[in-house]
Amino acid sequence: MDDLDALEAQSIFILREAFNKFEPLGLLWSLGKDSCVMIWLAKKAFLGRMPFPAIHLDTGLEFPEAYAFRDRYSKEWDLDLIADDCPPLEEVDPSLPPDSRLAARKSLGLQQAIDRYGYKALITGIRRDEQATRAKERVFSPRGVDNSWDFREQPPEFWDQYNTDFPPGTHVRVHPLLHWTEVDIWRYIERENIPMVPLYYAKNGERYRSLGEMGITLPIKSNATTIAQIITELDETKDPERAGRTMDHESEDSFERLRTTGYL
Amino acid sequence: MGTEIKATDIKIKERAFPIVIVGHIDHGKSTLIGRMLHDTGSLPNGKVEELQSSCDRRSAPFEWSFVLDSLQLERDQAITVDSTQIWFHTETRRYVIIDAPGHREFLRNMVTGAANANAGVIVIDAEQGVSEQTRRHAYLLHLIGIPQVIVAINKMDLVDYSEDRFKEVEAEMTAYLKEIGLDAQAMIPVSAANGENLSRKSYKMPWYTGLTVTDALDAFPRVAAPVERPFRMPVQDIYRYDGRRLIAGRVESGQLEVGSDLTVWPTGRTAKVLSFESWATPKEKATISAGESVALTLSDELFVERGHILTLPTAGPRTANTLSVRLFWLSKTPLQRGESLTLKLATAEYDVVVESIDTVIDVDDLSRGRGHEVIQNGVAEITLRCRSNITYDLFYDLPALGRAVLIDGYQVVGGCIIEGGADVETASRNLTAVPQSVSSDERQVANGYPGAVLWMSGLSGAGKSTLAMALQRELFNRNIYVYTLDGDNVRNGLNRDLGFSEEERDENIRRVAEVAKLFADAGMIVISAFIAPTNAARAQAREIIGDRFHEVHISADMNVCESRDVKGLYAKARRGEIEDFTGISSPWEPPENPDLEVNTGELSLDDSLGKMVRYIEQRVLQAKDKAISSNH
Repeated sequence: MDDLDALEAQSIFILREAFNKFEPLGLLWSLGKDSCVMIWLAKKAFLGRMPFPAIHLDTGLEFPEAYAFRDRYSKEWDLDLIADDCPPLEEVDPSLPPDSRLAARKSLGLQQAIDRYGYKALITGIRRDEQATRAKERVFSPRGVDNSWDFREQPPEFWDQYNTDFPPGTHVRVHPLLHWTEVDIWRYIERENIPMVPLYYAKNGERYRSLGEMGITLPIKSNATTIAQIITELDETKDPERAGRTMDHESEDSFERLRTTGYL
Repeated sequence: MGTEIKATDIKIKERAFPIVIVGHIDHGKSTLIGRMLHDTGSLPNGKVEELQSSCDRRSAPFEWSFVLDSLQLERDQAITVDSTQIWFHTETRRYVIIDAPGHREFLRNMVTGAANANAGVIVIDAEQGVSEQTRRHAYLLHLIGIPQVIVAINKMDLVDYSEDRFKEVEAEMTAYLKEIGLDAQAMIPVSAANGENLSRKSYKMPWYTGLTVTDALDAFPRVAAPVERPFRMPVQDIYRYDGRRLIAGRVESGQLEVGSDLTVWPTGRTAKVLSFESWATPKEKATISAGESVALTLSDELFVERGHILTLPTAGPRTANTLSVRLFWLSKTPLQRGESLTLKLATAEYDVVVESIDTVIDVDDLSRGRGHEVIQNGVAEITLRCRSNITYDLFYDLPALGRAVLIDGYQVVGGCIIEGGADVETASRNLTAVPQSVSSDERQVANGYPGAVLWMSGLSGAGKSTLAMALQRELFNRNIYVYTLDGDNVRNGLNRDLGFSEEERDENIRRVAEVAKLFADAGMIVISAFIAPTNAARAQAREIIGDRFHEVHISADMNVCESRDVKGLYAKARRGEIEDFTGISSPWEPPENPDLEVNTGELSLDDSLGKMVRYIEQRVLQAKDKAISSNH
């Protein structure tokens, strides 16, 4: 068993716990590399068929390549796809900086999906190494009634005994990739040959390292056209993964504010 | 292109080695981490500059610990709120550091982070020396199973890099660790703020000739999965695909091959492993081993559910209804004797009662005393009692099945390691343990036939109730004690608390099987007429009832049943007015090897009845001869 096998086994264990304990359950599919890896792992966990829906919070602002990818692989992967439109910008907290407001539409879309379909728990592809506030997450992370995250009062979680019983009204985020790193993700994509949105691979000297909406996601300079080249590039870079996500950097606490109010 | 080096071959890309850093709140853990990240070149571009300019804006001096305290709230309070994970690398490998906060009330966060670590670093302030928190953290590292530690004696700059002071603190810590049974691989004098002995040797302390912190970390071996230990697989879930039952779970220890015999605990039943199932793997698996998440199929339809443990027939686990455990308590409310809690052990959950608090351990001076309660962050040896048997291993044999968390309501309130177990007679056991003053054989001799359960299953409309009633009348007319259990007389009384979800249907069948067993023990012939749609449900009934169980499949084609539709249920189900209707909106698995099959689509009622009566004459009523002769 090598280290990727160990990561895979741990994620499958988490996905199976979630499926056993929460109903209805959904998986948030951003179309990005992490959530695609997560769907792959779910297909492994449940022997080829993901037994809960893949939810795409659609802002209408994804790249055309991302939409094409969604349409193709929701069929090829036999997904039960839910892709409702997020509420319009006018409904977002006007005190947020402009790009964060765009991103906050997803938080509203998420709340809308929870209200509409009654999900007890949602599986998301966040990782501890992505961003400092995400480093503090639990694998099974409870949210309050208003979907808020109280990072100061988190339940203990050890020996793979995840908290799965919560008071009524609690909504739970499940994080099967929390212990993976960006390089782990790419090594696994390479090993498993998992299809990805082509924007991750360099074209005309640029590629997207982290994929969000058009207008608030910037490409990085790169000549990496293969996964091996991407991994070499990541090994050498000291730039953070989400440097191209403009809303993280608008103000010192913008990403933290997004997260405590329900953003992924 | 066979010579192309794939990224997956590069050694430095191996999974990060998880370490935890513990110690008293002000002894410099965060400074040590921040400085080590910087010195090993592991910080992202701009991180230090960003923090420095942030400090300038606040007119506060820059400190290395700010590297970790990336949350604004933390900076305001100048303490680390929660376990944080930080990645760094030395020349040999990658690390993930779990920075465990020292603040006392955040111990649950320390446990959360530390339990995943392969090794620990205990940080002590050279000036302050070993504190109560230092000892508590060291004790907990040991208790949660961290196998290897080093000690960094920090802030040596504040004691003028004095060898004497180092030796004093070293001696004190060594003595404590020795008493709790933990052996530090290295004790290192460091100055985190100045980078002394972190990743480079200090020229300020030439008297120290041992390893630097990073060298000592690199020397830790990775904790290997316990492949060579006895096979243990806690059942996580059962999936039904294409009529097959896949048992899903993670192998906690040992290995297993296709074709091996497997024993299910606590039932003790055995079957062969038919296959290991997977998706998108290059080749079919013939072996599974520790650490893998797997799905397997068995040769027989045994009763298996979440919480059961699969092992080889030899080298099985222990079972007991009373456990001696060493506990660490995380709840603000003290633990007291007599309290009811849920014990989560692997995937099983047990209702337990705190039978006694045997010893309360003061982790500061390691004194042991009697106590009537365990306070938050306290450690104690307690006895837990369960009404049923718990399947477990001793922690020091097989940790995965030798440790458990305790839950009170919705909260994880503690963790414990199992140090012993005993089978203690309890009230509920005594009830079943009282031998009946009339034996089954005696009843059989008196009645002239043994008790039996005819377990009829079939689709709604197959004719179960009609046949059951006709058969009951026929047997009654022959002076045979007979009773029919059907959905209506059980669902309206005994099982009126149950609905029709998959779980509740299983529970319905379990209770019916227990009742049928009692009737049969009492010498009656019991006819049960339930849909019992799955092989698993019927396998469980067979397991409960034992040899007296006779499976009868009342078979009729779906379209025959639907055309009869005496109760109008099919029409309702087709209109979507009934959820979970067997055969339409919930699965129907026909019995695979019934003792008797009666096809009511082809046979008339009289012929069907005749077939059942003949079966009973041959297989139940004539069985008396054997029983009687064996009595003489």
